[in-house]
Amino acid sequence: MASILDNPYAAVAGIPDGATVMIGGFGTAGQPVELIEALMASGATNLTVVNNNAGNGDVGLAALIRAGRVRKIVCSFPRQRDSWHFDQKYRAGEIELELVPQGNLAERIRAAGAGIGAFYTPTGYGTSLAEGKEVREIDGRHYVLEYPLRADYALVKAHRADELGNLVYRKTARNFGPIMATAATTTVVQVEEVVPVGALDPEVIVTPGIYVDRIVRVPAPVPVPEPVGAGQ
Amino acid sequence: MTGVTRRGLGKDELAARVARDIPRGAFVNLGIGLPTRISNHLSADSGVVLHTENGMLGMGPEAQGDAVDLDLINAGKVPVTELAGASYFHHADSFAMMRGGHLDVCVLGAYQVSARGDLANWHTGRPDDIPAVGGAMDLAIGAKETFVMMDLLSRDGVPKLVPECTYPLTGVGCVSRIYTDLAVFLIEDEGVAVRELFDCTFDELTRLLAVPLLNRTPKGSR
Repeated sequence: MASILDNPYAAVAGIPDGATVMIGGFGTAGQPVELIEALMASGATNLTVVNNNAGNGDVGLAALIRAGRVRKIVCSFPRQRDSWHFDQKYRAGEIELELVPQGNLAERIRAAGAGIGAFYTPTGYGTSLAEGKEVREIDGRHYVLEYPLRADYALVKAHRADELGNLVYRKTARNFGPIMATAATTTVVQVEEVVPVGALDPEVIVTPGIYVDRIVRVPAPVPVPEPVGAGQ
Repeated sequence: MTGVTRRGLGKDELAARVARDIPRGAFVNLGIGLPTRISNHLSADSGVVLHTENGMLGMGPEAQGDAVDLDLINAGKVPVTELAGASYFHHADSFAMMRGGHLDVCVLGAYQVSARGDLANWHTGRPDDIPAVGGAMDLAIGAKETFVMMDLLSRDGVPKLVPECTYPLTGVGCVSRIYTDLAVFLIEDEGVAVRELFDCTFDELTRLLAVPLLNRTPKGSR
């Protein structure tokens, strides 16, 4: 059952060096900036981070990368106009990159949460990102074998939680949150508001509380930089 | 080809040309960059529903002023608006929608397209270039039809419709039509067909490109 923590520092307590951490968000939309800042403050390092991107500007994931806490990043679109901290680390050979097509990234996360052992996907067939991977022809179409992607922790931003950890999101800030919440041993969620049990309409809950371990209320998230049309 | 006077369609004319071929009521994904302009040329009564891969159907125009909401962005991370009837979904659903063949059309930019419809649009392959693929590979092979919108020649005057792609591939045999400033091409089983010409003759195209061309212009014009 989900526990409600007083502050982001308590919410990320116990994340060890070397952990694999999924971080929600597409660019800055849905990025749990305060949880990432708390992770920075905890001192955890040598992390493997799973995110769609590789940081924007100077806050959140970008700051974690700048501080040298990320050993490896698994993502689909690292290079953006404002990914300068990743770019610098990558060119210096100080961060490992596993590049995954965005749909395969999402499906690998989903598969982990759904107990799927592996799956065949048409995405990437015949490209350099499928090199060395098992391929199979099924009904005349070619597929690549991809494996699930699990994490020790998932850091997710949602809009509202009830006290049981049921979550609703806001607009396109939903993105990776619902699937990452299913794929980690411990899922930590920051929300703008925690409401009493029964206050959320069961018909509109996106993430059932079974997937959520820790909730922290961050009522006024720090302003993030304006998106700059930084690429997909 | 340097020094050649600019001819053919401008970028907005080309966007309008592609828009005319988007079927009424289609579910469509417009790639980042040039293809995004197509939305400016879709009429309000076209019934076309725009998909953005970061989890939305029914995407409206770019947000201005007070309408900017940083939780509501498109795949290029630009703030957008929602239209009546819009829906939101998570990333696995968004890409299942693509791979599952539920989108009617996607329109992508390209570095190169081969005569067989192979697409290269994600990576230059240069050693100093940081690779980034995003949703390009999923989009290319997922939609029922993948259109490419590009200039026929690179800035250096090199044709981008080629016998074989030399840039790293995004997808194999996935492109069905290529809309360019000089011509519209259809990728067919028999080869590459020229459907329409803009300020350019069929014979000029055959001299320009190293790809054999079939003449399918309305009057077989040379």
